[in-house]
Formats: sequence, structure tokens, C-alpha cells
Amino acid sequence: MTNGARSRDGIARLELRGITKAFPGVIANSDVHLSVKPGEIHALLGENGAGKSTLVKMIYGIMAPDSGSMMWEGQDYRASNPRAARKQGIGMVFQHFSLFEAMDVVENIALGLDSAISRSALDREIRAVMDKYGLRLDPRRIIATLSVGERQRIEIVRALLLNPRLLIMDEPTSVLTPQEVEDLFVTLRRLASEGCSILYISHKLHEIVELCDRATILRGGKVVATCDPRKETPRSMGEMMIGSDFADPARGPVSNAGPVRLAVRDLSLPKPDDFGVALQSISFDVHAGEIFGIAGVAGNGQNELLDALSGETLSAREDVIAIDKNAIGRFGPTKRRAHGLCAVPEERNGHAAIGNFTLADNAFLSARTRMGLDPQGMIDRTGAESFAQTIIKRFSVKALGPRALAGSLSGGNLQKFIMGREILQNPSVLVICQPTWGVDAGSAAAIHQAIIDLANSGSAVIVISQDLDELLRLCDRLAVINGGKLSASRKVNDVTVDELGLLMGGHHAATPTSGEHHAPRA
Amino acid sequence: MRLVLEKRLEQSRTMVVLTPILSVIGVMILGVIIFDAIGYDGFDAVWQLFITPVIDTYKWRDVATKAAPLILIGLGLSIGNRAKIWNIGAEGQYIVGAISAAGVAYATQEMSGFWIIPLMLIIGMAGGAAYAAIPAGLKTRYGVSEVLSSLMLVYVSVQLLSYLITGPWKDPNGMNFPQTAQLTASQLLPRELGETGLPPGLLFALVGMIIFAIIVDRTVFGFSIRAIGEAPQAARFGGFNSNRIVWAALMISGGMAGLAGTLELMQLTRLNLGYPSGYGFTAIIVSLLGRSHPFGVFVAGIVLAVTYVGGQVAQTVVHVPNATAGLFQALILFAILASDLFVRYRIKIKSSVAEIRA
Amino acid sequence: MTLTFLIDALITVIGITTPILLAASGVLVVEKSGVINLGVEGMMLVGAITGFAVGFEFSDPWIGVGAAAVAGAATSMIFAVLVLSLGTNQVATGLALTIFGIGLSSLIGTNYTGFAALPFDPPFPDYLAQDPIGRVIFGHSAFVYFALILVFAIGWFLSHTRAGLVLRAVGENDFSAHSIGYPVIAIRYAAIAFGGAIAGIAGANFSMVITPLWAEQMTAGRGWIALALVVFSGWRAGRLLAGAYFFGVLMTLELYAKASGYAIMPSQFWAAMPYIIAVAVLAFISARDGRSGKEPACLGKPFLPNG
Repeated sequence: MTNGARSRDGIARLELRGITKAFPGVIANSDVHLSVKPGEIHALLGENGAGKSTLVKMIYGIMAPDSGSMMWEGQDYRASNPRAARKQGIGMVFQHFSLFEAMDVVENIALGLDSAISRSALDREIRAVMDKYGLRLDPRRIIATLSVGERQRIEIVRALLLNPRLLIMDEPTSVLTPQEVEDLFVTLRRLASEGCSILYISHKLHEIVELCDRATILRGGKVVATCDPRKETPRSMGEMMIGSDFADPARGPVSNAGPVRLAVRDLSLPKPDDFGVALQSISFDVHAGEIFGIAGVAGNGQNELLDALSGETLSAREDVIAIDKNAIGRFGPTKRRAHGLCAVPEERNGHAAIGNFTLADNAFLSARTRMGLDPQGMIDRTGAESFAQTIIKRFSVKALGPRALAGSLSGGNLQKFIMGREILQNPSVLVICQPTWGVDAGSAAAIHQAIIDLANSGSAVIVISQDLDELLRLCDRLAVINGGKLSASRKVNDVTVDELGLLMGGHHAATPTSGEHHAPRA
Repeated sequence: MRLVLEKRLEQSRTMVVLTPILSVIGVMILGVIIFDAIGYDGFDAVWQLFITPVIDTYKWRDVATKAAPLILIGLGLSIGNRAKIWNIGAEGQYIVGAISAAGVAYATQEMSGFWIIPLMLIIGMAGGAAYAAIPAGLKTRYGVSEVLSSLMLVYVSVQLLSYLITGPWKDPNGMNFPQTAQLTASQLLPRELGETGLPPGLLFALVGMIIFAIIVDRTVFGFSIRAIGEAPQAARFGGFNSNRIVWAALMISGGMAGLAGTLELMQLTRLNLGYPSGYGFTAIIVSLLGRSHPFGVFVAGIVLAVTYVGGQVAQTVVHVPNATAGLFQALILFAILASDLFVRYRIKIKSSVAEIRA
Repeated sequence: MTLTFLIDALITVIGITTPILLAASGVLVVEKSGVINLGVEGMMLVGAITGFAVGFEFSDPWIGVGAAAVAGAATSMIFAVLVLSLGTNQVATGLALTIFGIGLSSLIGTNYTGFAALPFDPPFPDYLAQDPIGRVIFGHSAFVYFALILVFAIGWFLSHTRAGLVLRAVGENDFSAHSIGYPVIAIRYAAIAFGGAIAGIAGANFSMVITPLWAEQMTAGRGWIALALVVFSGWRAGRLLAGAYFFGVLMTLELYAKASGYAIMPSQFWAAMPYIIAVAVLAFISARDGRSGKEPACLGKPFLPNG
């Protein structure tokens, strides 16, 4: 499983031995061995929370390992900071981009470089790299106007300008349409053929099978396997990654959908600010017992739609949104909850919950109306605590109790708490945005099951997600949101991934005045 | 071996109460050093500044008189602090409140009746609240920072005061001094409450403390204030309207400042150029030292009142300039801000050998 | 309205504007790095008394100005340590710095009240400043020319140098800048120190040139106007220059109204004018710009590299 510095094909480009890193309360990496050959596309595979990001942060010099050693082409390697890592020849494209909204592409790339260079010279170099690797972008665009896929291209150009010998890509495809993923693979294969090694971090098994030469699988901070993805199947790697067979959430056949519980007609809203997306004439119905999915790449109006449904943004007319035939378009969140609509926003800490508040307080925050926790404007502390305790028990939330701070919970546990909080309010309609983003596999499965159970009990559920796999598994019907518009909905059985991809990639979340158009894809 | 700051999982309750105490003690020690360095008797100066007003019973009335407005304004500010709404211009609302009450006094100087005093108090509060409504409206409608707008308005209110007492409201019997006529008997609250010798303002402060404590800890409104201050988007998700809270927070602190101004007017019996005493600014320190909690604000108000009285004592006894009181108040503020670190973080000593094995 | 009157008025405007322009320039750099330091007023006062006192003691006003800059920078470091290394709230800490500066300057100043400052030698030779036009161009104190050069230098620095780009990046998205590897905290320390030094010089301008004596709180709220100025200049150096002179004109109006007796309105109205107009302009500019991203996105937020 582990190779020495010399493998059959020569010296490894990068080799890690016995890398260990701990934080208060958690061991992120434990005795990790990793070996990447020149020109190899090497996958680093693992679920959310398995320790992949921490590991590459140490390779890139953002933090130092507690123990263990790293070797670069046979020599000892230690990067004290990202600059040193870049000097060594390591480039990294992060999952979360380090971009500056108000500046243009050239300035952003200039900031990613380690030495000063004249703007015109840089402009030339950028265009050269983009031509060579087939990346398309106008260097004078302001970042705020770019789609997520376009932003990633900036990060890639930044990394490529330094002529890296090892390129690390951290979960690159979670924000791309299926067609953009193919374009990315073309770029990566070209790089690898020139001798650059690629460390490809992901949890998307079918991509790894398609792209990578070797894979190292992490679970709970440890290496559990190294394998050749071309000889494995997604299922076999999935088992190594997760460790046990998780039962696929049971979604029984939906016979007849019940009456319409949520009706949205012509929902249109202007952009909330310069960086947002305007919603344009969105209409859809969701029936009792149905799970309705809304697919789309981030930045196409998902958050604006959720805010419009939850009541954080009011609609122009009251009949734009109706629950069980009641027009609620002009109601705020509290009144909408009273009428049976609950929502789960994408951002856990800071939107759906307050990190510095206790779980009891967070329960009070959203449930006070439906659970009667605010008689005469006073807080029913005991009631809130006992409700929080119920959530913790029923949804197996790992927390010290209702008085624990929400911020002290792991991502998965906090998400379970938030989902539980909304589900136990017995809503008629539940809207969820990115239910399992950044959540470990066990919690994700529990959340999916909870969603299915809720639908089965007669509620209408809307799931907005970037994860097509998740939507295809959960939903009865699907629509795609793109540039603030919603496509017609289709039954899940009637639609293909390619079709969805086309709808998702239609045109970007640029401002309507951006003027840049993309040729229709083949 | 190195010192490492580790974020606590929960805010330390003990530290929340301990840090204000430690801050004041720390500043006292620092004060001894500073004064010695400048050439005064450091220990004596700090003693006169901090200790004498506390142990000398004759000074208690002075302390109570100064504490009352500080506490009242501080209570109002603490609501805003929790919502991260910074009413730096409370001094302006304090002045406008007094002006409003003085206006009532001017209009009723020939009249008498029990209704005059309550009317003055109400109008005083309303005046302060209305003045605070300006930054509130600017913030909610135009997004103007309440810090800058409320502060600019302080200067405007000072000019307004100056104009009124040198012009239309000048005391005809005042020998052309810039001051208003003295308030009449039906416009004045008794200077002392019965045998206690304590000013009526302190009673208001006590009642205010209790009311605010209930609001902050027990009501949904209090919860919404904390939520907005912590995570505005989550507060909106919870159904709380941030604009309404901005209005409420600013107008409450404006009203309290106006109330304090009215009571102070009754203590001074007239308005003059020396009226702007800086209570509105010191009250910011009071609210932060008191950790924006009504009980803490009450105690902090007394502490800062002590420094005011102590400053005068120290000037007489040790001959340090009066400005030192302000200097110490600033140092206390620095200390309490810095010590907040210990509430959120824990100091750990780490050895360089990795302690945790797989 | 004679020519002499206009020339005199123009010279007054330029003189009055200069300390505000200086202070605002310093604020601009600090805010571009993402920090809001409300302690400008306090640092100006510390600079004013230090410049005055040191210039007096050493009988050399230039040493005084140098000392004022150092004092301003040193005072700003109290703020910097609290806000950058201890993570305290910027608004409260800046306010504490102002109160501190007021108190400290009053304390030091008690020994210097009523003294006259030493005059500065004008930077240009006398014969250039004989005729009216010459006076307007060449007859000012060194502070005026320094302020103008500084504003242009800062503007050019921010838009045309790499260091300026990095500074702007830190104020735009400190987390991204940190991820790329820039020393966010160090850059902010430097910016704050620079702002403090300039504020100190601005204060010295008051006590050594404009009204060459020391009086408690002599900056009279000009520091706050400088802060407002930066907001409604949209954090752009060119507009800062224009806005500062606009306020200089307003304040000169106040002086002339009081002196001439053509006041129409009571003197207090003119004294309050700059502040009322400042609030009105803030409202107008904020309403027009909205959340258009002209403000450095990280302004006022603490830097938390670990989330």
C-alpha cells in the first residue's frame, strides 16, 4: 500500500509519511501516508469531515503537521506558508475561492502572484494560459458579475501562471454544471500529459473513476485504502469511503399526489443588491406528500427564492404565494410559520441558526410561534429547553444538551438539529436549501430519511440543491433554476442528467446588463 | 513552551462578572504608575480619585447625583449595544431632552399644578427620542451609519442650546448671562428624597434597572435585540424586523437620555452653557463596563460617578488637573474591551512536543 | 466683493481645509485596509499638544511636527493592539481612543495653556508671495503643500502600485488575502500607524498654524467631519479633495458670518451648518450608492483567520 520514495516508475513527486494533525476535540489526520507520481492524477477521496482539506492545507503551507514528514522529489519538504509552497511548485485551487468581489479579473490574478508584474504583461500571460488550456474569460470583468464556474477559472489561471508541478484541486466540481465538469477534465488531462501531477480531492465517485489514475481513501482522518479507480467501481470505493453499508433512504412509490399545498404564481423580485439575482416569474405547485426538487448551480437565485418563500423578502402581491389556498405573499416569516410554512436556509451558522446562542435559544428563534413558546411576548424558557431536548433526542444530535452553543456542534449535527427543529413543528410546507452541504455521510442519510418521512406524512417538501445525485434520489419532480428563472417541472423518471445539465448551464448568473453571451452548447 | 489562545466552547460566566472588576483594579494600579511618572504622588492621587468618594459618606450624595443620569442613559444604550447599534450621540439626545423640558417650563412659567412635572418628564423623553429618530430614519431609509449621524447631531444640539439660552429663552432677570430663567416650584422635583439625601434621579435609575432587566432577559423583544446583534440574517429568518429594532433601540436610548436630561435640568434648576456635561459619552463607557446588562450598568454607573467626584477631590487635594478623570474613564474602557478576550478565550500553555497520538 | 476680499477668503479656505484634508487622507488609508478608527479626534488632539509642547521646549517647530506625527502614531498603536491583536470592537475602541486623547491632551496641555506657538518659516521665499495671485499659490504654510502632495500620493499609491492593490485587497476580503498568504494583521498595523501619524500632523496644524496656541478640545469635531468625508467621497482620493474643500468653504462662511454681522441667521446656525450639511450629504450619498460595494467590504469587521 505504501511506497518508498522510489516507486517502480521513479521518485514520487510528493510523498507524505505519518502525517498527524489534531485540533481541540478532534484528530483531523492520523498517520497519513500519501504518494503522488509525476504526471499522475491522484484522487484524495473521503466524505465530508474525513480530513482531506486539513491534509492539503498542510501540503500548501497553511498549517503545519504535528508530526510526520513530507518529501518533494526525494528531498525533505516543509512549507512554512503558501508562498513557500508556490515557490516549490505547488499550486492550489480551493473549494472556497480567494477572490475580491469589487476588483477585476486581472487584479485578482495579480494578487495571487508572488511578485509584481506590469498590468499589460500580466494581461498577455493570462490570455496565453487561457488559450493554451481552453479556459474562456474576459480579463476585464469585475468578479461580482461572474458565475461560480467562471470564478473557478480565475483560480485555475492563477495557479497555472506559476507553472506548477503539482496542482491541488479541492472539490472542484460541486459548483459546476455537467458540461463544465467535462471542460475541466479536458484541462486537467492536458496538464497531466505535460508532466504536472494533480491531487484531486472529491467525494464524487463516478468522477474519480472517470478521471483518476490512483486514489487514496481517507476515513475519520486515517488512510483506509489506496487503489486504482480504473479497476474499482463507484460502489466498491464508496464502501471503502463510508465503511459500512448505509441503507439507501427508502422512498416508496408516490401513488397519487394529494391536493396542492404550496402554490407559487409569477414570483418576481428585483435584485436584493448589486451582487444578487432577480427572480423572474417563477411559478410552480407542490402537492401533499410530494418532494419537489429545484436543481441549479450556485448563484442562480436559490437563496433569493428561499428568502422569498420563507418570508424574509416580501412579495409585491399577497396571492403570489399560497399555502393551502391562503394567500401569504405579504406575510413575514412569523405569520408564514403560523400558516404552516417552515424553511431551512443554506447557511447554517448565521442564517438558520445563531452560533453564539444555545440550542434552546435557537429552537425558540424559529419555533416560538408554532410551539407556543412566546405567551404574551414573554419567553417560555422551560418550554424552549424541552423542545430543544426533544429535537436532540429524536434526531440523534450529538450535543451536550439544550444549553450547548450551536457553534460548538459539528456541521452535520447542527444541520440535523436545524432540520429536526423545523420538522418537529409539523409544517404543511417545508422548503430546504442545500440540506446536506458539507455534512458527513451518516448525518446526510438521516436528514434524507427525515425528509422522506415528512413527505410521507402529507406535507409538501421543496428541496433546493446543487447536488443532482441527491435530488435524483429524493425527489418526485424536478425543475431547474437558472438566472432567476425556473424551468418547467418534470417527473424525475422522465428526465436525464444531460438534459438537466443543459438547463443548469443555460446562461450565467451575470447581471442582466453584462452583455456577455455564451454560444449554445452542443 | 508557548502561550496559546484557545476559543472557549461557551462564554465564561465567571469572566463576564470578573472582568469589569479586574479592569477597574487594573486601571487603578496603572494610575498609580502613571501619576508617579508625571510627578504627582501616584498612590494618593488614585486613592482620592477612586476610594475617597466611596468611603467618605459626605460624598455619597454627589456620587448618587452623578450616577443617576449615567445609569439612565447607560440603560438605554445597553439595548442598542446588544443590537450592535451604536448611539454615540446620546449626548445630543440628552441635551435636546433638556431643551424640550425647558421649553415646557418656559411655556408654563406662570402656571402651577401637579401636572407640570410629569409633563416635563414626558416631553423631555419625547424630545430625546425624537432627536434619536433622526439617525434611526437615516439608517433605515438611507443606510447612513448611526455612529456618524448621531455624533454630528451632538454638535448641532450644542449650537441649538447656545442659541436658545442667549436668545429667546434668556433669563430677563439674569443680568444678561447666557442662561434660562430658573425653574419654578411646580417645575422642580425635590432635590432630595426625604431623609435619605439621595436625589430623585437615583430612584428613577433603580426602577429603570428593574424594568430593563425584565425586558432584556424575559421578553421576546429582548431576545430579538440579542439576535440582531449576533446574526442579523438569522434574526430576519426568525421573523424579527431589523428596521423596527433600529427604531426601537435608538428611540429607547434617546428617550432615556432625554429623561436623564430632564432630571438633570431639575437638579440644576436652569439651563446654561455649562449644561453639556459629557454624560452622554461617559454613559457609553458605563454601558460597556456594565456589559450591557441592567444590573451591571447600575454598578458601572456608580463606579464612573465615583471617578467624576474623585476627579474633583483629587484636584483639590493632590492638585492633579480635572482632565484626569476623563483619562481614567478612557483607560477603564480600554481595559474592559481588552479583557473581553478572557471571556471568549482561554489561555493555555502548550509544550512543543505533540501531545496527541493517533 | 473686492478682489482682496476674495483672495483673503480663498487663503482662509485653503488654510482651514488643510487639517481636515490631512486627517481624512489618513482615515482613507486606514479604512481601505478594512479598519474603522473613530479615534481620529483624539489622535489629532494628542498631535496638537505634542507638536505645540515639543516645538516650544525645543524652540523648533519642525521638531514639534515630527514629534506630533510620532505621538499620533504611538497613540494609534493602543487602538491597533486592542483591535487587531485582541479582537475588540472597533467602534467602541475608537471611541475610547478619542476620550483618551481628549483626556491625555488636556492633561499635558495644562502647562501650556495661554502660551503662543513659535511661527513656522514659510516654505517659499517671500518675494514670490507679494502680489495677490502669488499669495494664493505660494503664501501658505508647509502643511498646505504637504496635504496636497499627500492626497495625490495616496491616490496614486492605491490605484497604481502593487502595495496599494494588496492594501485594498485586505480591506475588500481579509480572509481571501490571508488565504493567499498576505500578512493581513501586519498590513493593518502599518495602515493604522500611518493614519495615526497623519492625524497627529493634522492636529499640529491646528495648534501651530491655524490658531497658534493650545486650548482644550481645540479640534472641535473636525476629526468627525474627516470621517464623514471619507464616507461621502466614496473612498476615492480625488473626491476627498473636493469634499474637503467644500467643507472648508462652509467653515469659512461661518467665520465670515460671525465677523461681518451680515449673518442673517444667528452665529450658532453657521457653526452648526457644517455638521448639518455633513449629515445631509451622508444621507444623499448613501441613498444613491446603496450597497454598491464602494465601501471596503471588510470595514469594521474583526479579522478571524480561524473562522
